[in-house]
Amino acid sequence: MTTPQVPKEYYRYLHELQAMDFVCLELSLYLDTHPDDQQAIAQFNQFQRRKQVLSQQFEANFGPLKEYGNSPIGHRWTWSVGPWPWQV
Amino acid sequence: MWIYEKKLQYPVRVSKCDPRLAKFLIEQYGGADGELAAALRYLNQRYTIPDKVIGLLTDIGTEEFAHLEMIATMVYKLTKDATPEQLKQAGLAEHYVDHGSALFYHNAAGNPWTATYIQAKGDPIADLYEDIAAEEKARATYEHIINLTDDVDIQDSLKFLREREIVHALRFREAVEMLKEYQTEKKAF
Repeated sequence: MTTPQVPKEYYRYLHELQAMDFVCLELSLYLDTHPDDQQAIAQFNQFQRRKQVLSQQFEANFGPLKEYGNSPIGHRWTWSVGPWPWQV
Repeated sequence: MWIYEKKLQYPVRVSKCDPRLAKFLIEQYGGADGELAAALRYLNQRYTIPDKVIGLLTDIGTEEFAHLEMIATMVYKLTKDATPEQLKQAGLAEHYVDHGSALFYHNAAGNPWTATYIQAKGDPIADLYEDIAAEEKARATYEHIINLTDDVDIQDSLKFLREREIVHALRFREAVEMLKEYQTEKKAF
């Protein structure tokens, strides 16, 4: 219930990842109604690669972002350890 | 299936305890034009909508759950340190009696969420027009809440959500045009 302490880098990585995620999400909705826009597809691929790199860096530092085997867990089970998104 | 991601879609910064603002925000949690209604509406309609639009309903429906979590985070942070007396002064005594400090799916006036807020007509144009209207109503609600607070941190998150409603409405309008073209093409053959 108490707010866990997280290092400053947590927010820096998180914000950059949120920005990349947003670009990919926004382009996804756009491509849902403009599937033939090659420029948007090129942009999507560019940002998707960046998003992957950032996710890997975040997870290496702060633990898995996704459940059910969609993120590497390393040698310790930290998924059930906070901080949860509403706690930071 | 769905996969949870341990992060918010957009930052939610809350620097003070403000249960009154939480009471307004709960409209977008369990209200008629709130995020829960939106997610459930789109994800349910997609099974019978023409294939061209299934991807859009899936993606927007999924994004609505991310918005629901942002609203929940605002409500949680604004009320977590509130005393029962502060909740009472904010008009949340009835909520506290039934739910303690837990969140619940009801609107700002305390009415519980109901499936009568949403519709699936099984008619693609009728369904998409409802979706456009839902987005415009959610946008208006966000504007009303922004007008009721001077908390710049909360305003920042709410302005992000307001913009998302505008983009969703635009995408749904484009989907209507896609279906109209598709229907005209079909008649031509």
